[in-house]
Amino acid sequence: MATVKSLTLFGVANKATFARSFSTSKALSAKPMTVRDALNSAMDEEMERDERVFLMGEEVAQYDGAYKVSRGLWKKYGDKRVIDTPITEMGFAGIATGAAMAGLRPICEFMTFNFAMQAIDHIINSAAKTFYMSAGRVNVPIVFRGPNGAAAGVAAQHSQCYGAWYAHCPGLKVVSPYNSEDCKGLLKAAIRDPDPVVFLENEILYGVQYPMSDEALSKDFVLPIGKAKIEKPGKHITLVAHSKAVETSLEAAKELAGKGIECEVINLRSLRPLDIDTITKSVTKTNHLLSVEQGWPTCGIGAEILAQIMESEAFFHLDQPALRITGADVPMPYAKSLEIAAIPQPKDVVAAVKKLLKVK
Amino acid sequence: MAKNVFKDFLNRKKHIIYNIEFWKTLGLLSKKNNYATEATFETKPCKLYRLEDAPSTSVTLNKEDALRMYTRMHTIRRLETSIGSLYKEKIVRGFCHLYSGQEAVAVGIKEAMRPHDAVITAYRAHGWTYLMGVEPLGVLAELCGRQSGCARGKGGSMHMYTDNFYGGNGIVGAQVPLGAGIALALKYKGTDGVCIALYGDGAANQGQVFEAYNMAKLWDLPCIFVCENNGYGMGTSAERASAEVNFYQRGMYVPGLWVDGMDVLAVKECFKYAINYAASGKGPLVIEAATYRYSGHSMSDPGTSYRTRDEIQEVRQTRDPITSFKEKIISTELVTADEIKKIDGEIRTTIDDATKKAKADKEIGLDELCADVYSINLEPKIRNIDPFTPLVHKRIGPAVNFK
Repeated sequence: MATVKSLTLFGVANKATFARSFSTSKALSAKPMTVRDALNSAMDEEMERDERVFLMGEEVAQYDGAYKVSRGLWKKYGDKRVIDTPITEMGFAGIATGAAMAGLRPICEFMTFNFAMQAIDHIINSAAKTFYMSAGRVNVPIVFRGPNGAAAGVAAQHSQCYGAWYAHCPGLKVVSPYNSEDCKGLLKAAIRDPDPVVFLENEILYGVQYPMSDEALSKDFVLPIGKAKIEKPGKHITLVAHSKAVETSLEAAKELAGKGIECEVINLRSLRPLDIDTITKSVTKTNHLLSVEQGWPTCGIGAEILAQIMESEAFFHLDQPALRITGADVPMPYAKSLEIAAIPQPKDVVAAVKKLLKVK
Repeated sequence: MAKNVFKDFLNRKKHIIYNIEFWKTLGLLSKKNNYATEATFETKPCKLYRLEDAPSTSVTLNKEDALRMYTRMHTIRRLETSIGSLYKEKIVRGFCHLYSGQEAVAVGIKEAMRPHDAVITAYRAHGWTYLMGVEPLGVLAELCGRQSGCARGKGGSMHMYTDNFYGGNGIVGAQVPLGAGIALALKYKGTDGVCIALYGDGAANQGQVFEAYNMAKLWDLPCIFVCENNGYGMGTSAERASAEVNFYQRGMYVPGLWVDGMDVLAVKECFKYAINYAASGKGPLVIEAATYRYSGHSMSDPGTSYRTRDEIQEVRQTRDPITSFKEKIISTELVTADEIKKIDGEIRTTIDDATKKAKADKEIGLDELCADVYSINLEPKIRNIDPFTPLVHKRIGPAVNFK
């Protein structure tokens, strides 16, 4: 059993004679691009590449997108391929799904995923299950995309992470990208994928610039769905996160690095499939695991990761119980101080890491 | 020439169509056997909503058409009867909704369809599956959950698919926007194909139905929304569930038609008109087909607590779509009673044989538990009930939208 472990935190630190640079170091020299533009270029390139790809949703055409993600696409592709819908999520999600069943490649934009609850029947029952029910006959190549998770100052109905909701369902692929490279490479992959993909963006990150490597700027840049990325290697503890929580984790890792604690930060990128292999490998190395997410704790992504680690060999590599940092288990409050208190901050991650590693 | 004379006649004297001597004078009876090679029938007119011209009320049939339509309707009836028995034998499991009584709707629509038109329907899908090209064995074996089923026994009663047929949908009303989406795809691809999206009087009150009407009209989608009004949404009569029971008018800004759904010829003529309308770019239509279901809503419903046995008997005796059509084609001597008898026998044999085969067929192997969850699976191992024996994903079906 994993009750006695000879490697203490300092034991590991002493043994570590190698140092690996940040995986982002190469990209830092590259051209910065906002998440919004990365998503826009992904759609633009895929629409150019495949006549069957079209975009539909509320305000995607003439308004240029409620969050300007589809800016310019209507001018370029016209009414046929960029379709403004009325505010009827269930109806247009059903129409988009039907179009996919009949051979098109729709991108169905939800203004935010909060409103996709009105349409969730089509995402699950119509899109995710039809391939199985038809014994592999009718695959449904569709992307449901839009901002997900906590926004700022919009209260409970407009601030919620649906990652766990969709990741729960076989038949779906669920992507939760973090930065611009993730967004471009994974959205292109999602559009090309012959199965239904739920693509969870983050509103707060839309305007944030991230470096884009030359490779990422290419029209051929596609990232594999289902593979996590090690954003920052480290040897003392594994932080596993998705979407904006990756940033929270990286900031915490930076602070902890100043105290000699090297965190390995895993950006999940994809929630279904969940790249448990990458997490396992990391845990085998660091012997400590902390999941970080903005979503609620109950039946959440962190809960799933911890359960899978518990059920596997990786458990025996843990020096301490794995822990979760999550959004507080309450509806999102409007008041600023309370909102901040409901979402994991870097300090929360720092505190949890210190507690786990028994350092002050 | 003779046709005009005949049409004239028809308008004034409907009874004349049953007069054999009249046919003889038009030379439409073959001298050899004294049977008509063609006959024209008068149907109940459609009710119109926001439409100027109406579908024709006179339908001309040749013998081949008549036999095909009869065969199709009767096959569906036999199929459903057999499925009902299989259910009572506990071979068909779960939910099972029979189409008996409503055959003229599907068969009439199919008569008017062109090969590139598409269909999506609700959970009462066995008859449509057969009409769209799945052999009776494919339907029966699917219901039995066996490997010869058209979905390898993975879909069951409500989830069957084939070319241009998108199910079978178990979620009441969900097929309506899906159908509008199929229509969008047909238009997008530049075909003149139309999609026929069927739902019941119960589903007609679902919000998403109105969402679909709205977008279909906004974008002139070639979608024909068909409300099969069989009088009851489960056990709730249309009057108790709908504030407006003229379902063909419920698209408001979408033109509509009411058709006698117990008359296969009326349905055929109505849909010839409707398909032409939708295919010519005029946008959607809402059609109410007035029909009746003989069985309960599903197998657990005897269907007698919310309606009387007399009501069912009355429809069976006076308006049965198969009996009435049979009488028409026999009385005009398009078909003989012997021919019908022979067809009935052949259908019985076909369905009985298929039923036997379906019962004797095997279920797919457990290795297929994890088949076709994805067309490209990305998980090397799929979680099983326990964590020790992971499943391996398999690909079997054609994945028609793969490339």
